[in-house]
Order: sequence, then structure tokens, then C-alpha cells
Amino acid sequence: MTNSGRKANKPRAQARRRRPASKACEEFMARAYAMERDAAERYTEFADQMEVHNNLEVAKLFRQLAEIEGLHAKQILEEMGWPQMPPPVYALQWETPEPPETAPVTELHYRMQPWHALALALRNEERAEKFLAGVARSPKNPPEVRKLAAEMAEEEREHQRLIREWMQRVPPPDPDWSRDPDPPFLGD
Amino acid sequence: MSGPFSSVSVALAGSGGAGVMTAGNMLLEAVAVAGYYGLMTRSSGPQIRGGEAVAMVRAATFPTDGPDDAFHVLAAIDWQNVARFADEIPIGPGGLLVGDPAQGEPPEHFARSGARLVPVPFKAIAKAIRGAWPNMVALGLLGGLMGIGREALEAAVTKATRKGGEALEANLAAVRAGLAEAAKLDVSFPLAAPPARSARWLVTGNEAAGFGALAGGVRFVAAYPITPATELLEWMSPALAKVGGALVQAEDELASINMALGASYGGVPALTATSGPGLALMTEAIGLGVAAEIPIVVVDVMRTGPSTGIATKTEQADLNIALHGLHGDAPHVVVAPNSLADCCAATQWAVELAETLQVPAIVLSDQYLGQARGVVERPECRESGPMRLVAPANGAGYRRYAVTPSGVSPMAIPGTPGVTYTADGLEHNERGTPSSLAADHLAQLEKRARKLAGFDCGERWASVEGEGDLAVVTFGSPTAAVREALTRAAADGVRARLVSIRLLSPAQPARLAQALEGVRRVLVVEQNHSGQFLRHLRSTYELPGEVESLRRPGPLPFRPGEIHRRLIEWARA
Amino acid sequence: MNAPDTAALTPQSFKSDIKPVWCPGCGDFSVLAGITRALAMLGLRPEQVAIVSGIGCSSRIPAYTTCYGFHGVHGRALPAATGLKIARPDLTVLVAGGDGDGYSIGGNHFLHACRRNVDLTYVVMDNHVYGMTKGQPSPTTEPGWSSKLAPGGTGVREFHPLVIALASGANFIARGFSGDPNGCARLIAEAVRHPGFSFVEILSPCVTFRPDQRAWKDLVRPAPVAPTDDPARAARRLMTDDGFNLGVLYKGNRPPYAPAGAGRAPLAELVKEFEV
Repeated sequence: MTNSGRKANKPRAQARRRRPASKACEEFMARAYAMERDAAERYTEFADQMEVHNNLEVAKLFRQLAEIEGLHAKQILEEMGWPQMPPPVYALQWETPEPPETAPVTELHYRMQPWHALALALRNEERAEKFLAGVARSPKNPPEVRKLAAEMAEEEREHQRLIREWMQRVPPPDPDWSRDPDPPFLGD
Repeated sequence: MSGPFSSVSVALAGSGGAGVMTAGNMLLEAVAVAGYYGLMTRSSGPQIRGGEAVAMVRAATFPTDGPDDAFHVLAAIDWQNVARFADEIPIGPGGLLVGDPAQGEPPEHFARSGARLVPVPFKAIAKAIRGAWPNMVALGLLGGLMGIGREALEAAVTKATRKGGEALEANLAAVRAGLAEAAKLDVSFPLAAPPARSARWLVTGNEAAGFGALAGGVRFVAAYPITPATELLEWMSPALAKVGGALVQAEDELASINMALGASYGGVPALTATSGPGLALMTEAIGLGVAAEIPIVVVDVMRTGPSTGIATKTEQADLNIALHGLHGDAPHVVVAPNSLADCCAATQWAVELAETLQVPAIVLSDQYLGQARGVVERPECRESGPMRLVAPANGAGYRRYAVTPSGVSPMAIPGTPGVTYTADGLEHNERGTPSSLAADHLAQLEKRARKLAGFDCGERWASVEGEGDLAVVTFGSPTAAVREALTRAAADGVRARLVSIRLLSPAQPARLAQALEGVRRVLVVEQNHSGQFLRHLRSTYELPGEVESLRRPGPLPFRPGEIHRRLIEWARA
Repeated sequence: MNAPDTAALTPQSFKSDIKPVWCPGCGDFSVLAGITRALAMLGLRPEQVAIVSGIGCSSRIPAYTTCYGFHGVHGRALPAATGLKIARPDLTVLVAGGDGDGYSIGGNHFLHACRRNVDLTYVVMDNHVYGMTKGQPSPTTEPGWSSKLAPGGTGVREFHPLVIALASGANFIARGFSGDPNGCARLIAEAVRHPGFSFVEILSPCVTFRPDQRAWKDLVRPAPVAPTDDPARAARRLMTDDGFNLGVLYKGNRPPYAPAGAGRAPLAELVKEFEV
């Protein structure tokens, strides 16, 4: 895992070594877990797709991102003292078509470059922050939930900063990055 | 001619609601009740109702489902358009024409045949009995001429007359009147004493095939009607409901073959039945069955082709498409029943082969066998039991298409945990994942070929009878005529063997070589124009010595006499 | 491909280890997510489910799941699934394919599957094009869309599958959009639960041959009215539908197909009619 990855882990581990007790908190943390878990699975699928399409550099990057999100999810389990995923998190409904930290599959391109992948990750983090900030702001939510959400929103902002730093370190995309001189192939 | 006769053939013609089929069926029933073997075939004009029709009944003291050389009697309720059947009713001097004088003269062809014409006023006789029909009079007449006793005739009429009461009485009276007419004539064709009793069925080839399928384990049938296969499907519908299975009517043959594949994939032995045009549509999906190794049975009740052809008549011209109609290298099973009774055993065997080898099996029946109704020895009804090699649950690393020595790999049945797989028409590796690699394609082709080539089919591959250095090789419905011809030739001192191949694919070169050992001349008999069977034999087998072809397209059946003559000519040449 | 054992089944349990070859960006990924999610939500096990498909990009889907799969020939998924379900009513049978496979060569089977109303769920991934053969018009392609095979467009009015489904007797009709995989999952789960023939059309853009379909995400909307069980009302709505209303549009009450006879008679019963 890269430096950026390790750094992304630190803030949350420092912030919470406690067991929130209320049901509302549990529900919120289950949702937060679902968000991280889904993000991790989606990054893994993206890595697989990139691998199948011989875009190994971006595949590797997505696997790193998957690992990072996986760790975030794992941390939630540890903090909550949950031995395994609370079911059935995949059945949760969101205001958006997918969980906030999950990139839509349509954002992929088989010739995308590392910069694009990180830009995609950045958008993920921005949506996650927006969602968490919304929870933090809403007076409908109990105070302990709003506090948790606010902390986690802050973490997402930190993730965004790290990703922007990471983006500085990868080359900007080539102007003709999507060009493929060969026509599409295959038939069944 | 004088009696007694070991075989008598009669025909009853008429049109416009004369009911010749009904009478013919009753006559056959009476033949069976009287203890004889026999069969009935039929022919009709194209009209849906009221058309000219002829029922042809042969009774014999020996089992047969082929025609004799000629008819002894042609009786007609009326002569409307009966000339249409001229070729199908050979009759000559020594034969008898019976016509109603009020219905005009027989057509010229029959009038000049040399057969003797005798008038019997069927209509007037029937009119004199309240509620009686002329066809029942004719039934009594024919039964009387053949020596079928009154009891047998009355038993047949009683069984067939559902209404009972007055209608039955009228029919019985009409039959007795017909018998009285026969007694008045100075000519008759009495059958010799019937053979010893045995357990027998009165059944059509289509029904026998349906039963054979059930005995083999089929419990799903997809049906799209087509002449002359429809009765097979119609028989199976209530039969499946009784024994626990399902029949679905499909929207076309493309649907019926795919439905059957789906059911079989689900673990239930499945079948569909069709004729040439339908088989042509099904070839793509049959190929899918070969590639994905899914058992399935397709009965092709062959009719006259090509294209729409003659739907109601027989031919043996689907051999090419049955053997070679699949694109790609797609080895599969082709079985040909060679008698009416064999429709049962051959279809059952086809199910067993399909299930054992996980491959499609085509049963080449034909309209003659399928729609003929005959008295046959009761077939063995022992059920096959499950024959599919099935994968047990939770087998780690299950590979559906694993390359095994026999070529047969265990098949996982949906519902079984831990061994899920996707059946695929795409070429695949052992696991079943689609593959474009040369090595995988070769491995799977060899697996699928080895499954069949390495299989020991046993004695059922052909009917091999007789001895001599002359052999007659055939398949399917001409077999009966060939058998009779060989019996007659033996009486003339000409010994010849019969090889009637039942397992057309996979070919059995070693077995045929053994069956033809010492043979110097081979006569190949088939009912098609281009010699499909001859070409198949030449391309697949080593045939010894001289080979001659006796072939004719449908619809006229081979008769023993013509084969007999050809054998004698050749033997003495 | 072998499913993990009996731990709580998640959508991941229904995904096989075979990586899809679909173009990155293809809507079918979302449909796969929707199907696996729906199956998990329904509490099914992979071995209880069979996915039957024909030929085309969308038809590759069975092997990407851990369910039993049947990848048959072009256009014939519905009859294969019909035979399977009738022979094995204990299984949950899904049918999957694209608009070419389903409405062109498969069109006749589509009509009769709706009529027959066997308990199946048919998911069509509609991208208004023949993807796998590289970009020809399909029955649902707009008349003006230009391609090599039909420069300037076919000029032929597109097929309206939902109307045809309703007219032919389908018992459940819904439309989804691959941009909302969770929505698709809910539709598919409801379709499976609903008895009889359930038809779910999912608009699934083709990233390679129809990049213009990016615009779909701005065109789709939840259907403005609740689903109806009145075929006449549904007919009026569907005849004026613009192809972008999402959700369950029709939920009928036809009893599903039930084949006759669950007899248990021995074979010997059948031969009595033949005995002389």
C-alpha cells in the first residue's frame, strides 16, 4: 500500500476508540459500514475490469483503493465490536441510486489513466462527504449521530486532500488518452 | 387361387363419409381377436372431409408389418376418385373387385386388371336394415371372404361402437348381412388356422414410440404438431398426465426443441417429435445439445420430401439430414426402428443412449411405420430407470466437461449445491468456461467423439438374420418386405442374409464387417431417390464384393416380390 | 463458480470468479449487480436459481454468477427457460438477454412466453443496438440512427416491447435503468416474487456503440403513476409511454401456467388400451 493509503487510515483510528451505544448510532454506523464496504467491492470490480482490458497500471491503483476502503470498513467493525457485517446492508436504500462513496460503472473507460482513476476516487470522497455533512447538519438526527457524522465528514475531507496530493504525483492525462486506432472486435 | 392362405390382403375404398377407415379399423380388430397378426394402412385424397379414402388391411398367420405383393380383394362403397389409389392397390387376375352396382363402374385401371368384378349392393342392403351403414355391410363381407368368424367381427364392432343400443344392433345386423353376402359368392380367400396364442398389442408405430419413450424415462415432451408425427404427441399428452410428467405445446419447432433441451438440462429426460421440415428447423438446437452435452430425443417420422413434399406419405430421405444436418463436427446418435413393434424398443433405446452418452439422439421412424396400425407381439415393458451420470453435491473443483476416459463426464443437476455450472454452446474448457484455445477445442471434440465411438452398443445395433454369400442391407420400414423376400428366396434355394441397421450413428464398422463376412454381393434397399443410405454405407464402411442398389423414392412401399425377383436374378447371374 | 457454504448469502455469493468481458462503462455491470443483489434479498441459494440466456453481450451473464446457467442459441432463451421451469417448478428461473436476442429473432417466443405465463422472470438489457456483432440497428433502435448496415437510419418504427408484453398477457411489466442498480435490484426482486411471467426491461447503455446514450440518465424518471392491475389502463399508459418511465408499470392477476396432471400411475396402466 502506498503512503497515501496509510495516511488515509490514520485519522479515524485516532478519533474513535469508544463504543457508541444508541440504536440510532448503530444504524448510522451500519450505513457507514455499508458505504465503505460497497466502495471497496466496486473498486475491486473496477480493478478486475481494468485487468481484463489490459490496463494494469490502473488495475493496480484500483486495488489499492479497494484495500483502503476495505480497511475503513474493517475499522468500523472493530469500533462497533461487530464480529461480521450486520446484515443485510446491501438492501439499504439511499437517496442516490448507489451508496455515496461508490462510483457509477459508467465512469470507467478501458483506456483511462491513473489520473482519471484518482479523479474518480476524489468524486467518491466528495459525495461521501456531502452525504455525511448532510447527516451532521440535519436536526432530525440525534446529537451523537450528528457528531459521528461530522467527524467522518472531516475524515472524508482529509481523504480528498490526500487524493489531491496523490494526483500531483501521477502524470496528467495525455491529450489523446482515449484514442484506439483499432475498431471494436468480437462476435458470438 | 385356392386356400387356405397364410396371408390375405383386402382394401376397402369409398368417399364422402362412407366410413371406410372406421370399417377398416374394425376389420383389423377382428383379425386380432381371431388370433391373427396383421396391419392396416390407409390412403386418402387431400380433402379434409368427404374425400376419397382407402383402408388396406393385411391379415397373416405370421408376424409382419410389411405389405404383400398384391391385394386379394378391393371392395368399394363407391368408386369416386379411387383411381387415385391405383398404384397403392396392386390387384390382378385371381383378385376380386366388389362394387355396388348402383355406384357405377370401377375405374378403368381396375376394370382392366384382370381381377374378377362381383356386384354387391351395399347401399341397398344397408337401407333395408334400420340405422345400418353400407360400410358395416362391407365389413361383414370382407370378414366373411377372409374367414374371420362372426364372433370376432361382432366383438370388434361392439368394442368400437360407443353408442350401444340401437346403433350397435344396426351395425351388427349389417355385418351379418355382409357375411351372408360373402357366403353366397363362389370365391373366397380363407386364412389358414391362426398361430398359437401369445400376448399381443394392437398399436400404431407412433403410439409404440411414445410408449417406448416413457419406458425409457421421458417425462417431458414439447409438442409442435406436424403430419405424420402429431399422433405420437397427442398420445403422450394424457399418458404423461397419468404417469406424472408434462407436455407443453410450443409455438414452433424452434421452441419445441429448445424447451426439451431446457427440461433435460433440468434433469428430466425429454423428447420431441416431428417430421422432415421440423427437423430442419431443429438442427441448430440439436447442435447445442451436442456441444453442451445435454441428452434429448427427437423422433423424426419421415415423410416424402424435400421441403413440404407429400405430408401424408412415407419416404426414407431424411437420412442425410439426420446424420449430417448439424453444422460443425457434431457426433450424435441416430437410431432407426425397423418394424412397427420396434418403434417401441428403438425409441426406448434412443432414450437410454441419449441419457447415458449425454447427447442428442434422433429416431428415424417414417409415416408408414408411424401411422400403420398392427398386431404385434407385446413388447417388453421393462422400464429403463435413470441412466444419466449425475454429479454428486459439493464436489470440490467440479468440472462439468472434464475429459474422462469414456468421454462421459458427470452432469450436475440444478438444485444440487456446490456444483453449479453454465451449460454452453460456445466451445469451452473442462470447467465450462468459454474458450477459444485450440487445445480446448480439440480436447472437447475428442471427448464428444470418443463418447460415441468408444461405446459398446451390444447386439442391438442391427437385426442380422440368415446365411449365405448374398446380403441385403437396409434400415427402417423396408425390413419387413426384405424378410419376406428372403423367406421366399430360401424356398427357391437362394440363401441370403438380412442386415437391417438400427444404430446408424455411431457407425459400427467392425460389427458390420463381421455380419458380412463371407458375403460377395450386397443389395442395398432404401426408399429414397438419391441413394442416401448407399452413399452412407460406402463412405463409412468397407463393403465386400459387388454392391447393387435397389431404391425407389416414396410413397409406394417395397413389396416382397420385387426384392425376391431381384435376388433371384442376381443370384443366378 | 462453486458457491461458498452456508454463511449468510450476500450479493457477492452470487458472483462467480469469472471476470466479465463487457466494456468498462457497460450498463450490464449494473444489471449483474441488480440481479445478484435481488437474489440475496430474496434469500435464495445459488443452486436454487437458473439463469437462461441466448446470444449477445447481455447473454453472457449466466457464467458471471454462481447460479446454474444455460447459455443457449440466439433468440431461444425463453423456450429453454420454459421447458426448464415446467420440468423443475422448484427452481427459480431467470431469463436474460438483450434487445436483439429478445425482440428480433426471439420475438415470436417473447409473444408466446407472455401468453403462456409460466412463472419466469425475463430481464432484457436494452441498449437499442446489436452490440456483439458491432453496431447494427436492433428492433428498438430509433428509425433515424445511422449505422454501416443502414446509413441514414432504417426508417423503420421501433418495436415497443412493453406494449407487446401487455397485449400478449405478461403478468408483470417493469422498466429499470442501469444507472440505478439498487432500483433494478428491487424491480427484479419484485418481479421474481410476482407469479407468472414477469418482464423487466432495463435500459442499459452501450458505451462502445451508443455513446449518445449517456444522455439517458437525464431522460429517465420515475413513472408518474402507481402500477395498475387493469390491462386497459396499462395499455393506455404504455401506448403513450416515451420509453423512459421507470418502475413497475403493470402487475396483473393472471394465474401462472400449470401443466396438467401430477399422476403417479404405473406404466402398465397405459398399455391396457393396446392389449388384444
